[in-house]
Amino acid sequence: MGYLEKIVKHVLEFTVNGEPVTVLVQPHEMLLAVLRDHLGLTGAKEGCGLGECGACTVLVDGVSVNSCLFPALEAEGALVTTIEGLMVDDGRLSPLQQAFVDHGAVQCGFCTPGMVMSAEALLAETPHPTEKQVRAGLAGNLCRCTGYNQIIEAVLAAGESSDSNPKPGNEPGKERP
Amino acid sequence: MKTFQYLRPASLAEALDLLARHGPAARLVAGGTDVMVDFKKNGLEADILVSLRRLTDLRYIREGNGQVHIGGLTTLRDLERSSLVARRIPGLADAARVMASVQIRNVATVAGNICNAAPSADTAPPLLAAGTQVRLVSPAGSRDIPLDQFFTGPRKTIRRPDEILTEFVVPIPSGPYSQAFWKHARRKAMDLAMVSVAVHLELEDDLVTCRQARIAHGVAAPTPIRTPEAEERLKGKKITPELLEGIGEASCEETLCRDSIRGQAWYREEIIRVMVRRMALRALERCRMGRPA
Repeated sequence: MGYLEKIVKHVLEFTVNGEPVTVLVQPHEMLLAVLRDHLGLTGAKEGCGLGECGACTVLVDGVSVNSCLFPALEAEGALVTTIEGLMVDDGRLSPLQQAFVDHGAVQCGFCTPGMVMSAEALLAETPHPTEKQVRAGLAGNLCRCTGYNQIIEAVLAAGESSDSNPKPGNEPGKERP
Repeated sequence: MKTFQYLRPASLAEALDLLARHGPAARLVAGGTDVMVDFKKNGLEADILVSLRRLTDLRYIREGNGQVHIGGLTTLRDLERSSLVARRIPGLADAARVMASVQIRNVATVAGNICNAAPSADTAPPLLAAGTQVRLVSPAGSRDIPLDQFFTGPRKTIRRPDEILTEFVVPIPSGPYSQAFWKHARRKAMDLAMVSVAVHLELEDDLVTCRQARIAHGVAAPTPIRTPEAEERLKGKKITPELLEGIGEASCEETLCRDSIRGQAWYREEIIRVMVRRMALRALERCRMGRPA
């Protein structure tokens, strides 16, 4: 068998931030690579690539996952939400994103998309979390600038001001993955 | 990069058929949080991955016939959030809460944790202490195995390549009982256990005398283990802090702790001595307070 014949690609259809997409993927490609390299959604970051740092966190059917370990083929038919999908329709930041800005919770910015997505998942489930719940909810996200206090304050503030009014598509809903 | 075929059967029968057809070339993957790390770090030996993620009917936690039945594809997050697990298998609830991160717990499965068979698998000690049986299904039929006979070495189990672990069956004792689990690690999240301790106590109606006990450890031997001699020494005795000192010591003597990058043997042993006592006292307290609904 020749080299080219070994490259098998599969048609993968799913929905990203409300938009249906179709991509050709290899079996070993992870969701993160598909989002970044095929779809140009570079908000989710690859930090460790091994599920330790959380920089790649996205929501699959409303549930937070490490997209660096999530086989792209498992996203078939799923509703995927990335940081790009959080903005409200007129291009304004979501209240959670705005809270990150207001509390100085963005330093170098590399961990921010993952932090925000983990916080988004937490707030969808627990609209008014305690500090302990925020810390537990963000335990899988590392900040190399170590700006954790501001991040926790931002999420607590977003929780205090929220009327528990999640965006469509972000409800915890059915847990598929 | 070496690639693989990624197969996504829609039923247990189809998954078993794929395993039978491809033999040792195939490897099962559930949540993928261990398998994909293995793939990225080491490359995979297997040419074919058989994903079980579509077998959603193997994801359940239910009670019946004096047992709790947990489907193999139940996620760690499901365990963490289940009021049934909190009430009936509190040691397992303790473990689920301290494993990895929310993102990992959302996809990682209990069968994956057990079949990956790391000495540090956090669900193993509480399931061992609870007296769990596992159901292995193959094209030839199914067999139920006590979990304490399942592990054969680091990352080795008695599961044959053509078998799928479909269910955990956890007996519910008829009298008062409770459990507690301690994971000793440097961080509260995203860390592997340096050593871990699970204690299951069943009491007589006086809530003092031990009717039955099981004690299990992670990272205290090449596999997760029970320490049956220490368990035996508790049976029929009135539980006191003094008695438990000796039980911690006895349990420690049945382990094979070693030095590793995560901790030294003497330290692991020290933690076991102390934590067997503390977890037994915690289980006792939970038992006396009545199991939380």
